[in-house]
Amino acid sequence: MSTKNYSTGTFQGGIHPSYDGKDLSKDSVVAVAPLYEKYEVALQQNIGKAPKLIVAVGDDVKKGQKIAEADGFVSVPLHSPTSGVVEAITQIPGPMGAPVNAVVIKSDMRDEWGELPEGLDWHNADAATLKQRIADAGIVGMGGAAFPSVVKLSPPPEKKITALVINGAECEPYLTADHRLMLESPERVLTGAAIMGKILGVENIYIGVELNKKDAIDMLLAHAEKYNIKIVGLKVQYPQGAEKQLIYAVTDRKVPAGGLPMDAGVVVQNTATCAAVADAVIEGKPLIDRVTTITGEAVKNPGNWRLKIGTPIREAIKLAGGTTDDVRKVILGGPMMGFAQKSLDVTIQKNSSGILIFPESKIAQYQSSPCIRCGRCLQGCPMKLNPALLGRLIENEKFELARDNHVMDCMECGSCAFICPAHRPLVQHMRRAKAEIRNMKK
Amino acid sequence: MSEETTQLILPKHEDLVVSSSPHIQVKDSVTAIMFKVILAMVPAMAAGIYFFGLNALWVILYCTIFCVGAEVLWCLLAKKDVWKNIRDCSALVTGILLALNLSAATPWWVCLIGAFLAIWLGKQIFGGIGYNPFNPALVARVGLLIALPGIMTTWVPTRQMVDDVRLAAADKQYCISSDFFTAEDNKNIIENKEIEALTCATPLGVISTAEKSSELCGSSQSFVKVDNVNAYKDYFFGNIGGCLGETSVLALLIGGLLLLIWKLINWRIPVFFVGTVFIITGAINYFYPGLTPTPIFHILTGGLMLGAFFMATDMVTSPMTNSGAIVFAIGCGVITSAIRIWGNYPEGVSFSILFMNALVPFIDKFCTRRVFGAVKAQKEAK
Repeated sequence: MSTKNYSTGTFQGGIHPSYDGKDLSKDSVVAVAPLYEKYEVALQQNIGKAPKLIVAVGDDVKKGQKIAEADGFVSVPLHSPTSGVVEAITQIPGPMGAPVNAVVIKSDMRDEWGELPEGLDWHNADAATLKQRIADAGIVGMGGAAFPSVVKLSPPPEKKITALVINGAECEPYLTADHRLMLESPERVLTGAAIMGKILGVENIYIGVELNKKDAIDMLLAHAEKYNIKIVGLKVQYPQGAEKQLIYAVTDRKVPAGGLPMDAGVVVQNTATCAAVADAVIEGKPLIDRVTTITGEAVKNPGNWRLKIGTPIREAIKLAGGTTDDVRKVILGGPMMGFAQKSLDVTIQKNSSGILIFPESKIAQYQSSPCIRCGRCLQGCPMKLNPALLGRLIENEKFELARDNHVMDCMECGSCAFICPAHRPLVQHMRRAKAEIRNMKK
Repeated sequence: MSEETTQLILPKHEDLVVSSSPHIQVKDSVTAIMFKVILAMVPAMAAGIYFFGLNALWVILYCTIFCVGAEVLWCLLAKKDVWKNIRDCSALVTGILLALNLSAATPWWVCLIGAFLAIWLGKQIFGGIGYNPFNPALVARVGLLIALPGIMTTWVPTRQMVDDVRLAAADKQYCISSDFFTAEDNKNIIENKEIEALTCATPLGVISTAEKSSELCGSSQSFVKVDNVNAYKDYFFGNIGGCLGETSVLALLIGGLLLLIWKLINWRIPVFFVGTVFIITGAINYFYPGLTPTPIFHILTGGLMLGAFFMATDMVTSPMTNSGAIVFAIGCGVITSAIRIWGNYPEGVSFSILFMNALVPFIDKFCTRRVFGAVKAQKEAK
């Protein structure tokens, strides 16, 4: 074991599943998915405004060609994942249940790149050029939030940024995509982090990695010296990768309640986002694919694959050998905060970190049984709320009281519902209350 | 490939469940928690049966069966789903706790009344599990104590106490146990009367009597007979009169340790409860030794361990935050000490826990935690 030349940290609270499911896929080398005949690329894969289409049905497109341009500051362009022709502009099932606008690309099976911008020497490029390159590549937060990365890298001048924290925690059970990325392409991750550090003008760059990924920590350490990036080992606790908790664990700074990381002088980015930034700056490649973990007890060959955006999850599941015949839930994302799916025609987006296939025995069943006031939810809540009290208030529709008890600070991480021995549907209660409170404000 | 004969299976649309995250949860359940609590009470139950004989087992059985029966009856009358309400096993736990709080000589009909007091008055009228403000077993015990004080203060001696007195009498020697018997009982023992006909006092009962009969405000002389190192051995192992669950401190500590290991109770409650009693009685005993016995005597007697580990720690009726639990436990300790030192009752644990139970909503409201990242609001000048 190499000498420990990294510091460690954690936050208060959180939960720790006794079985984290990562052994199913953590040793699977990332495999590249084969080329498919059709890619149905959702138009809006970012928080903010959807990009504006600039192609029409019948247009030929090359791989990496821009097919939609950013609409305003909080928006990102969209690029074709492969070469072919625009077959249709239609609606497909979306990951949240509602249909979404999508561009259907029929592949010519040649997968040829179009013209790409020149690679930059990032050591000598200035921040504005680098930012433009990231904006042009359509990069969003790939950890799940899908927030336009260039916006995060452009904080208002009054917010002085003094630290960049890279999220390599991958605290969600079952997911191993970031783990494999750090293990197989440490240079891309570190370069991307260094580039963003240069853009922000910070000297303190940290990568937080949970201690269940010792091999990734060692791999990063082996390469990190020339980048002046500090690796921080994080206690294996969910949600270690949640922004505010991660910042506290790595830098000891507390983001004010209701505030953003920049209020604590920090910017947080995901490891996959770093790799995408490196690809965009050094090779001129836009964001058109990502590593996704396809796993779960009901899938035959769990593993990690590099999938193009627009790949239907039906095809992705076939890649993993198909399923057993007792599948009950297909989840996009992780088991704690992911979204259950009904349609296999939903397609991979820039932030689709995992596809989980669960049999009946593994899924949570919630009941409206009484709260026994055991207090475990209080111990688990990373925001130090009182989910037991909030649950009771919301059951009785006392939404103003729920707001007074800080329900709006809830990040819906699921720790409370996970740990509740009475199996109360606490996250559903929180979501309901937040919706009601937002309606009240209107 | 032509060799592929196995069909690739995909999830069927109609099988897929769409529901809110989180999609995984702990394997734990309320029933599992109750089972573990029952396991933690097994040492105390075993000690009770060992020291007091089969009568103790009958009391345990009566209380458990009547408690479950009371809950079934309530559900039938209130048209609630019987199995859903029974299956969390909380009535079983209440039954055992009630039994541990009763003397081994308790008649079956007292157990019956106690069961209904515990389940109906202590829990169901408030809405069932999770909604009761008071510890149901304590509601029953205190209710019975007030309604049937004679029966509820009739204590049975352990077989060993009786044997000790017989042996000592044969050798014409003094033995500690004889201090717990009246003169008539001592005579009965020596004449080999049935153990079921015998009664004895508890250590705190002896102290209380000594205080009342002494000229001065109690005298440390009168305490020493029951408050000495030899006596502590009996109190620790359980060779003493009292409720069938409260006498063996050893059995209770084993159970308490199990509860702590299985993370079923907040350690702050027993630590601060017992600690507060120790400190207060220790201080009073140091400055006024005639007023109350030594702190070691206090923590080994009177069901303090039973109350601190099994009753005050009841999840539903104790505060949810750690700071609240400390306030709660210290309050219990203060009231227990006050009742024991200055109050009329020899025993204060049950009353103190019930009193603090009443204050729990208040404690929960004020002992809250600061939200992560909350900034202390600046007090603006009005």
